[in-house]
Amino acid sequence: MATTVTSVEVDLREMAESVVNRATELGATAAEAVVSEGSEFSTVVRLGEVETLKESGARGLGVRVFVGQHAANTSTSDLSPQGVEQLVRSAIELAKITSEDPMGGIPEAAQLGQIEGDLGLYYDDVYSLSTEERIEHARRAEKAALAVDPRLTNSDGGTFDASIGRKVLANSHGFIGEYRSSYCSISAVPIASDEAGGMQRDYWYSVARTLAKLESPEEVGRIAAERTLRRLGARKLKTQKVPIVFDRQTAGALLGHIFEAANGDAIYRHASFLAGKLGQKPFGSNLTVIDDGTIPGGFGSRPFDGEGVPTRRTTVIENGELKNYLLNTYTARKLNLATTGNASRGLAGTPGIGHGNFYLEPGEKSQEEIIKGVTQGLLVTEFLGFGVNLVTGDFSRGASGMWIENGELAYPVEEITVAGNLGDMFSNLAEIGSDLIWRGSVACPTLRIEGMTIAGE
Amino acid sequence: MDKRFFFEKYGLSERDLEKYLGAALSAGGDYADLYFEYLTCTSLSVDESMVKSASQGISAGCGVRVVTGERTGYAYTDDLAPEKILHAARTAALIASGPAKTPIVSLKDKARPSLYPVTNPASDAELARKVELVFRADKAARAYDPRIKEVRASYADELRRILVIGSDGTFAEDVQPLSRMSVFVIARDGELSAKGNSGGGGRNKFEIFLTEKTPEHFANEAARQAILQLSAVPCPAGEMEVVLGPGWPGVLLHEAIGHGLEADFNRKKTSAFSGLLGKRVASDKCTVVDNGTLNERRGSINVDDEGNSTSNTMLIEKGILKGYMADKLSARLMGLPNTGNGRRESYEHIPMPRMTNTYMLSGDDLPEDIIKSVKRGLYAVNFAGGQVDITNGKFVFAASEAYLIEDGKITAPVKDATLIGNGPDVLTRVSMVGNDLQLDEGIGTCGKDGQSVPVGVGIPTLKIDRMTVGGTGSAQ
Repeated sequence: MATTVTSVEVDLREMAESVVNRATELGATAAEAVVSEGSEFSTVVRLGEVETLKESGARGLGVRVFVGQHAANTSTSDLSPQGVEQLVRSAIELAKITSEDPMGGIPEAAQLGQIEGDLGLYYDDVYSLSTEERIEHARRAEKAALAVDPRLTNSDGGTFDASIGRKVLANSHGFIGEYRSSYCSISAVPIASDEAGGMQRDYWYSVARTLAKLESPEEVGRIAAERTLRRLGARKLKTQKVPIVFDRQTAGALLGHIFEAANGDAIYRHASFLAGKLGQKPFGSNLTVIDDGTIPGGFGSRPFDGEGVPTRRTTVIENGELKNYLLNTYTARKLNLATTGNASRGLAGTPGIGHGNFYLEPGEKSQEEIIKGVTQGLLVTEFLGFGVNLVTGDFSRGASGMWIENGELAYPVEEITVAGNLGDMFSNLAEIGSDLIWRGSVACPTLRIEGMTIAGE
Repeated sequence: MDKRFFFEKYGLSERDLEKYLGAALSAGGDYADLYFEYLTCTSLSVDESMVKSASQGISAGCGVRVVTGERTGYAYTDDLAPEKILHAARTAALIASGPAKTPIVSLKDKARPSLYPVTNPASDAELARKVELVFRADKAARAYDPRIKEVRASYADELRRILVIGSDGTFAEDVQPLSRMSVFVIARDGELSAKGNSGGGGRNKFEIFLTEKTPEHFANEAARQAILQLSAVPCPAGEMEVVLGPGWPGVLLHEAIGHGLEADFNRKKTSAFSGLLGKRVASDKCTVVDNGTLNERRGSINVDDEGNSTSNTMLIEKGILKGYMADKLSARLMGLPNTGNGRRESYEHIPMPRMTNTYMLSGDDLPEDIIKSVKRGLYAVNFAGGQVDITNGKFVFAASEAYLIEDGKITAPVKDATLIGNGPDVLTRVSMVGNDLQLDEGIGTCGKDGQSVPVGVGIPTLKIDRMTVGGTGSAQ
């Protein structure tokens, strides 16, 4: 049967509330709905010419229901009345085949709420530029990169991206909350060639919630060029153990593994090397790690988590002692603890655990001073691959960077791996830099770690 | 299965399609296409011996692409009302600036045999039967050994309907089923912990999980790995001989050379393989293909996401680089054959050259002879995945099950280790190729530029004379 499709205009708040009400009518004892809409724009300029131009918007709806202690969830991009009715009915139907889980459920009413006031997450200026101006940002970033040195002969382009989004969450305790967010970013990916025909690429970027805080395309291009050029002529190393300095990017990746290990989901399953260590001191006294979802303008900030619990500041590790895991409602109940407001939720699936702004408290020395203190060692600037086992903490990843000789950067290195155990590595932080800079929702200053193995020739 | 799905569900007509493509080419351009997608998916898992939740989802939309020279304009909508599709077409048209062109619209699909079941795909099975699978896996894993303490088993399937209409007369419809099971376990013995993973599936009927790829098969395999890892020793660090077992270790090919042979990187000359067509890139024992036409494989598709039939493409023949994997744009700009490798994650994404099932053909060596030839080295049989920098050619992949080889014999299992190498020369060091080609069990997902697509890999047993192994043990 042929049908006529007409466009659907919806009020997101009304839709979230009506989905929760409909689920309750159909037999759900608890329900939670998320509705989101967003727009994205992106462009790539390569070798001065526009390569891609993409612009679009999308909406979606997800519902989680509990029928007694049986849970299920469904999601759809079809927001028509029929689409919504089907979504709710499918969820109720699906709950009939799931098990009774005594720990399941949405948060208690008293736990719900949100941070009042403007968290500074949304600026409409990210969408204020004309298409031509957006393209020009990408073009300028690439041009600035390629202008730095004649060895920069090719490019994977300069980019400009912008996105805005709105998210509404409602549940059957009467909670309803919403927030908007915005992002814009510029990047450049130049490629350099040496006399022997070897090629290297690297990149740099700036990301912000408002155009006003975005670094200039020229600055982004210049740094991308420097990062690429310094890789030319890279050598391998002999297999050895030397002190390793991790720059902010790679140290941030290491810190990300600590988040995964402190994630309540991995903890209650004993799938983390930090399971059972709460209140113990598994790390050195110089290590303090914080998760804070409330920093104004932060990339990891939001007024409430994926279950409608207010976000907060949680000390994860204080002077080497494991103080808190990061939890949502379910994992908190499993561990007989209280949620830390770290539920993360997309449209589909069960809420997981996400961090807010997750960081390692900075120390005193600059990166330069830390490098100066190394007689022979390695500065790691990039990881390749994903060789991390959170159950044991064993860590082995491909790496590239710079060799350090008598406190100076000597030459680039590549095709090596660095290996150790995350527990040992964070117990052996010989130096913590002062350079805590937010370029995303995880931030870590420069770190110097002892005792790791470099594998090479 | 019902063809003409989009025409019936959304009331599409030939006139509508002409109108949309006309709007897409309203400012000129070489080519435009419409990509309609309707995806339904179901997933459920058993965790602590309970099915704690189950999920279903529906996602539908249309993406409009306009290509002019090397430029691509793209817009999509998840609202399939005519005015929204027209709006997307006009937005995509902003990439071009010239006189309008008239599209050739055809509603004739090529007749092609289907590589996957057209009736009763796995997604049609009753929910209760899917639930039974994960409970069986949970039971089998726990029964394997009392040291198995945590078990999570999941089942997921999807049915993806696509319709591609191009301004050059391209018209293709496909219904693509996909399903998989996976099992994750943790073993504990006193203070020691270890994990094990297994899984598989494909574009098959549900019955495959009752016959070949049973829950018990995956559960036993995951449990076996975890118990084995309890006694693993630290992996040595440094360069050594490496033997790769058959099947999933083919992820080496995917990372080391596969991405480097995708045509877009070579068109832009950003790949370490640029300009090497016709040159030696591997030892003469190596012949590598990308084959999207294997029945029911996870990486197979009847048509790619640009409406082209997939093919069996020779990439490396006896060590000589023979071809690249191309999509429409690369084929046209580089004068290459279109190999049907234009894929995309969803209607929200621009298609690009992607792998399907990438594997090396069998050689003449007996696997046991390969092991016997190694004095001291590593035998790696399972991997957790990898990554490549296509510009400098460096790649890594992480071994999740590997053993030492000492004096031609497989000895102690080693802990997680990363292997690192250089794409353009790693295959030149392949000195023995087994007669035992295997494809993986159907669990691979490849990421590129933020887009994920299902793929397959495979190799016979291979010996690589020298590779860097990254462990924490003492150097050999």
